[in-house]
Amino acid sequence: MKGGLGAAALALACCLPVPAFADALTGQTQQQATNWPAILMFGVFVLATLGITRWAASKTRTTADFYTAGGGITGFQNGLAIAGDYMSAASFLGISAQIFADGYDGLIYSTGFLVGWPIILFLLAERLRNLGRYTFADVASFRFAQTPVRLFAASSTLAVVLFYLIAQMVGAGQLIKLLFGLPYSYAVVIVGVLMTLYVLFGGMIATTWVQIIKAVLLLGCATLMAFAVLASFGFSPDALFARAVEVKTALASEAGADAATAAAKGRSIMGPGNFIKDPVSAISFGMALMFGTAGLPHILMRFFTVPDARAARKSVLWATGWIGYFYILTFIIGFGAIVMVATEPAFLDPATGALRGGGNMAALHLADAVGGDLFLGFVCAVAFATILAVVAGLTLAGASAVSHDLYASVLRKGQASSEDELRVSRRTVLVLAVVAILLGVLFENQNVAFMVSLAFALAASGNFPVLLLSVLWKGCTTRGIVWGGSIGLTVALVLTVLSPAVWVSVLGHDTAIFPFTSPTLFSMPLAFFTIWLVSRLDRSGRAAVDRGGYLEQRVRSETGIGAATASTH
Amino acid sequence: MKGHEDVESENDTAMSLAEIASDPRYRELVRRRARFGWILTGVMLVVFFGFILVIAFRKDLLARPIGDATTTWGIPVGLGVILVGIVLTGLYVLRVNRDFDPMVEAICKDAAK
Repeated sequence: MKGGLGAAALALACCLPVPAFADALTGQTQQQATNWPAILMFGVFVLATLGITRWAASKTRTTADFYTAGGGITGFQNGLAIAGDYMSAASFLGISAQIFADGYDGLIYSTGFLVGWPIILFLLAERLRNLGRYTFADVASFRFAQTPVRLFAASSTLAVVLFYLIAQMVGAGQLIKLLFGLPYSYAVVIVGVLMTLYVLFGGMIATTWVQIIKAVLLLGCATLMAFAVLASFGFSPDALFARAVEVKTALASEAGADAATAAAKGRSIMGPGNFIKDPVSAISFGMALMFGTAGLPHILMRFFTVPDARAARKSVLWATGWIGYFYILTFIIGFGAIVMVATEPAFLDPATGALRGGGNMAALHLADAVGGDLFLGFVCAVAFATILAVVAGLTLAGASAVSHDLYASVLRKGQASSEDELRVSRRTVLVLAVVAILLGVLFENQNVAFMVSLAFALAASGNFPVLLLSVLWKGCTTRGIVWGGSIGLTVALVLTVLSPAVWVSVLGHDTAIFPFTSPTLFSMPLAFFTIWLVSRLDRSGRAAVDRGGYLEQRVRSETGIGAATASTH
Repeated sequence: MKGHEDVESENDTAMSLAEIASDPRYRELVRRRARFGWILTGVMLVVFFGFILVIAFRKDLLARPIGDATTTWGIPVGLGVILVGIVLTGLYVLRVNRDFDPMVEAICKDAAK
């Protein structure tokens, strides 16, 4: 029955909406037998991170400690934490699964995810550090009227965070059935409760260290697996590729293909396949990945945790290096899975010939194949820890938007005391945790595949144009920012709903009204254009103040004079 | 950097912001650093979207094997895009540390006097 695998993999590849896989582990999974080694090792991780949270709690006194770890994270540590935020469970399981199914196409995703980082560094990272204190809205509203810009920034932060959060919660639920053999609802509650403990008591210090530990564990696991795969081919990638082509060819001919078709099928994993159907979708999706990274609130807030612009710069270099290294590892892991998992009956469902536990299991079966039960348990625990750490970061970003932007800046006009602001922040964490748990339960059986790519599209169409123009263009005004950002967000949201991933896959219509996979090619330029047009036409008194404030903002963003400094501990 | 911490107080630097803004060293810094940043941004955009366009229009180029090997040109090209990203960030950090940080420090030092 092995022959069914090629077909199953093909079916999987066809029904996965293109941007789908980004973060959410999608599709329903069957609950597996209870996996005790994995549960034990996850327990050890939880104990260690709770210990860190306790330590962090003793150091978290001021709002600066809570939001940004007092600016005391080094460039290297921050680089690891950023990489941790980015290397989510589905980057690991999803990309290796994609490579397991289609080969080369998975690499195209990886490049898209990486290339946003240089852009952040060249245009934004140091300026963010010099202008901001706690949230990216500090930067976006620097010289503008506080209330409207903060309202916009807080809404867009919450929108991005919520979509990302739903994808993560549903992913966690599916993973725990798969990895630990526990019911879905357990995962949602475990993630909700632990994340609350980290953020509530440990603030940014705990959130950062949980992320650093997880990043190190994940990089370690992936390195071991890739090393084991390469070692069994005498460290010759070409031998690995050759064997993978043989395996895919054999699977295709067992599935009933004639020799020529089977050979073509085998070779197809070595080049681009169906990933890109039309150039417009390709470019649009590429733009969402590249520029969306520069607009994700939970990523942007990490630039305020370092002491100065120099450390911010260094952290991007480390992050880019680790993320790039990680994607190269997943490429090897995916091909390793073709060779070692697809040929092994133990990993296949005897009834269907498909991968036991679903397509996203490729990397985990490979862990079993190269390292046995204990290593499998370890990798499972790390995969779950990954979701937990990412969710904690998202929650902190959402809580900061509510307490710092909405409460302290809009409601109290900057007059709130540090204690009041902290109290609101902590209450928001509790509310967000409850919301995350409820949404996780609510969306259990929904197809949430589109949500991560939607979060990227919103970030690229709302936050990125707003940030870039407010920092670099003198003529930009409050009105321009609010109109342009809101239109970018709205159009990205509406076009996503009308696109195949939602209109057809979720809502069940026959054909999509908006035929492309990502709205960004349209919504992002529209946001830039609207900011430009509205600002140019803005003759209000406020516009004069906005333009007049540019000089001071520019000097500070370029030199760091007057920038918030690290709090002394 | 240390230069920044000399200027703890928010607004009363001895040199006004307008004076800094008209300082020729500041103008030179801003002009050169902005140009450097945009050039690198351009390179990254061309490399990535070039890659995407080749996939969109000439897939076969990337599916072609290198010599007699199974490895195709697509592998070094795809990994190359990732490496270019890392190398460009490295270049940026090196150049800014070496050339631009001392300029910023000099300006901040005078401003604090």
